[in-house]
Amino acid sequence: MGSYVPGTKQEQLAMLSEIGLSSMDDLYVDVPADLKLQNGLDLPEGKSEMEVAAQIKELAKANKVYDTIFRGAGAYRHFIPAMVGNVVNKESLQTAYTPYQAEISQGILQSIFEYQTMICELTGMDVSNASVYDGGTAAAEAVAMCVDRKRKKALVSATVQPSVLEVIKTYAFGSGTEIVVVPEKDGVTDAEALAQMADKETACVLIQSPNYYGTLEDAQKLGEIAHGVGAKYVMSTNPISLGILKTPAEYGADIAIGEGQPLGMPIAFGGPYLGFMASTKAMMRKLPGRIVGETTDDDGRQAFVLTLQAREQHIRREKASSNICSNQALCALTVGVYLTTMGKEGLKEVAVQSASKAHYLAGKLEEAGLKVVNGGEFFHEFVTESDKDSAAVLAALDAEGILGGLPLEGNKILWCCTEVNTKAEMDKVAQIVKEVK
Amino acid sequence: MLVFEKGAPGRGMQILPKCDVETVSFGEDVSRAEAPRLPEMSESEVSRHYSDIARRCHGVNDGFYPLGSCTMKYNPRINEVTASLPGFTEIHPLQPENTVQGCLKAIKDTEDALCAITGMDAMTLQPAAGAHGEFTGLLLIKAYHEARGDKKRTKILVPDSAHGTNPASAAMNGCSVVSIPSDEDGYVDLDALRAAAGDDVAGLMLTNPNTVGLFDKNIKEITNIIHECGGLCYYDGANLNAIMGVVRPGDMGFDVVHLNLHKTFSTPHGGGGPGSGPVGCKEKLAQFLPSILVEEDADGLHMTKAADSIGEMKNFYGNFLVVIKALTYIASLGAEGLKEASQNAVLNANYMMHKLKSHYTMACKGICMHEFVMDIGDIKDATGVSAMDIAKGLLDYGIHPPTMYFPLIVHEALMVEPTETETRETLDHAVDVFIELAERAKSDPEALHSAPHNTVIGRPDEVKAARQPVLKYDFAAE
Repeated sequence: MGSYVPGTKQEQLAMLSEIGLSSMDDLYVDVPADLKLQNGLDLPEGKSEMEVAAQIKELAKANKVYDTIFRGAGAYRHFIPAMVGNVVNKESLQTAYTPYQAEISQGILQSIFEYQTMICELTGMDVSNASVYDGGTAAAEAVAMCVDRKRKKALVSATVQPSVLEVIKTYAFGSGTEIVVVPEKDGVTDAEALAQMADKETACVLIQSPNYYGTLEDAQKLGEIAHGVGAKYVMSTNPISLGILKTPAEYGADIAIGEGQPLGMPIAFGGPYLGFMASTKAMMRKLPGRIVGETTDDDGRQAFVLTLQAREQHIRREKASSNICSNQALCALTVGVYLTTMGKEGLKEVAVQSASKAHYLAGKLEEAGLKVVNGGEFFHEFVTESDKDSAAVLAALDAEGILGGLPLEGNKILWCCTEVNTKAEMDKVAQIVKEVK
Repeated sequence: MLVFEKGAPGRGMQILPKCDVETVSFGEDVSRAEAPRLPEMSESEVSRHYSDIARRCHGVNDGFYPLGSCTMKYNPRINEVTASLPGFTEIHPLQPENTVQGCLKAIKDTEDALCAITGMDAMTLQPAAGAHGEFTGLLLIKAYHEARGDKKRTKILVPDSAHGTNPASAAMNGCSVVSIPSDEDGYVDLDALRAAAGDDVAGLMLTNPNTVGLFDKNIKEITNIIHECGGLCYYDGANLNAIMGVVRPGDMGFDVVHLNLHKTFSTPHGGGGPGSGPVGCKEKLAQFLPSILVEEDADGLHMTKAADSIGEMKNFYGNFLVVIKALTYIASLGAEGLKEASQNAVLNANYMMHKLKSHYTMACKGICMHEFVMDIGDIKDATGVSAMDIAKGLLDYGIHPPTMYFPLIVHEALMVEPTETETRETLDHAVDVFIELAERAKSDPEALHSAPHNTVIGRPDEVKAARQPVLKYDFAAE
């Protein structure tokens, strides 16, 4: 049986005796006898480290690891520099608690401050929090930031990642916020429909660009419609794209959000990832979760602390802006290490290569008989349509160890490329697709 | 020094090969005006930067961490190894079902084990943290009442000793919060509970053992009172580490529970996350669970959704790698090991409390569970030394302070949770330090008011931080 209890049976008995008890059962005198578990837990016996390692490895082996992936749709396989794993596995960083005790937590606090700065640099916004759970919950929290007594309706574009829309709706079921979906037209948000739907009760307009299909939205125009009725403008974006594309701030967003996973986290069957949230200074005090600020200590030295805590649940209780407590701090550290390692030029290079490869693959797939149907410019994801049966296309790729794009309705497929995909792989994909009748 | 103050323009590493296809560029109308000001550093500079960051942190590996309600137990290394297997880290969440059978099995095995430990019928691993689990659990309760056409239930009862997330979660759920007072021994005041129980009550949120460190022996009566008024009972699993294998929330009468895998099940806190907050429920609530449910038939394991699901709580299936760590832990300890862990957590707390009770006033008199609360009120009255001062004094000894000023019902509270993974020597040493600090409060209160003295910074000016917020690096000041 594995155990992390250091005390031997003799030590345990000695300690019991020191406090005047004779058995472990004596510690549970307050637990009513009829509630106590009579036959122990219905679980297997414990195992040695070697046995457990083998047992869990068996589970891992029962999954198929694709050497080549052309699927994104909210989870993106990028190259992760060796430095990232090296840093996030440092025990002092990995096993520390939330840095409430600032004097012995300056390292973590500084890393979050650096993360906040980087998110502000990427998005162009004034203020970033220390992270929320993922891109979906970031979107839901952003909606909650905008709702007030007069404005209780959020307009969310149909072109956001479907699961993000689902999360927004679930949170809204709790709070009683009305979520209205703005229809899409030709794969982008229908601006005319939005203009008709937006009114004085609209708390915010939430869009994603590049959207679920990879297409760049007319983010300028959509933001103007939102602001035209006095609503807030929430823009979700892929952080890699911000290496080259216009920032949410440049589009006039009040809140910028997104899924931080592409910044150094493995796809890992969906988590842990990270939700980033940044806002204008005007909305700073509505941001949920932890925020680190710079100050000085009693000797005037630079110091970092958790700040603006009057927003948070442990102070405000039922009046808090959110209930969030634990966040994704180690993932925020991951982002910091990733962006520091890739650096100014490196992030740009990831963005350029991802987009370039997606455009190369799109061209090759068109040659192979698929049609790209994005309604405008795309970043590193795109949608194809054809007479070929998607299941047959994907099965042919699968047989070669390639995870193709995500099948959508009809015979549409949502493809994704990142810098890890090589020209040789893409040529191979095109050849395989071409051969599918 | 911040990362932005290091490096030099043009410095960097060669991480990526040259692009092997023709590069595309985007028009000015969609391109950012200026590149983000990210660091430009050599690999060795980056390595040293983060070593410096790590040196100025305090992890469970660095020393004793008796942080009440947070269960800072040792984080086993094997958990990190299993969670790093490429067979988990390199799996896309939208892969075909037949290619993720191992992930689904891991989810199912974890759910089954957590059901066995809590006495629940069904479990979801989707919530990412404890508070997220609370929100999920309360949504289940809301969906349950609404499905029965019972829409008048808008109140959530929460004891005054509860964690702040409880009332905040209730508010996110559109409910009003009714605070239930504790009696003078720290238990739920049954008369007050009866008075509040009515047909407008959606449910009660409770942690047992409670935040004073006591197992509420009236628990069955408490859950009965709520059920009789038509409400449901929610178990906050923050304190589950005291009772594994001894007693189960499901048997106490709870309908919904959330767990904190980053507390009870040994996954690291990561400086604030990621955690994982699975939610379990009784059969009558299972139809409302968020996705995904894993079901087994002759072809293998399948992902399905509950019939009347409240919807998605987050993208995909939860903090999956954290789940792998917890599963590794459960497999290591097994039925007996989990019970042994809880017993020793309670033993260590009682051992420390026993040795400290002639030096500090204890908020609970009898036997405590896995944690105990010291009331520094009388020391403060006599010497001016506060709970904060004692906490800061501990920092100079390399001990992480207990949770301060919580629960709120004890005004100068220090909440101590040693956990089961500490040696008797560590406990004895910490006891000596606590006693020394109690003595110093009398002999030299100034030394404690100005503590800590041996840390990299002294007490930070929190008022200044909040009044003049500086929340990012000022590049203009370069």
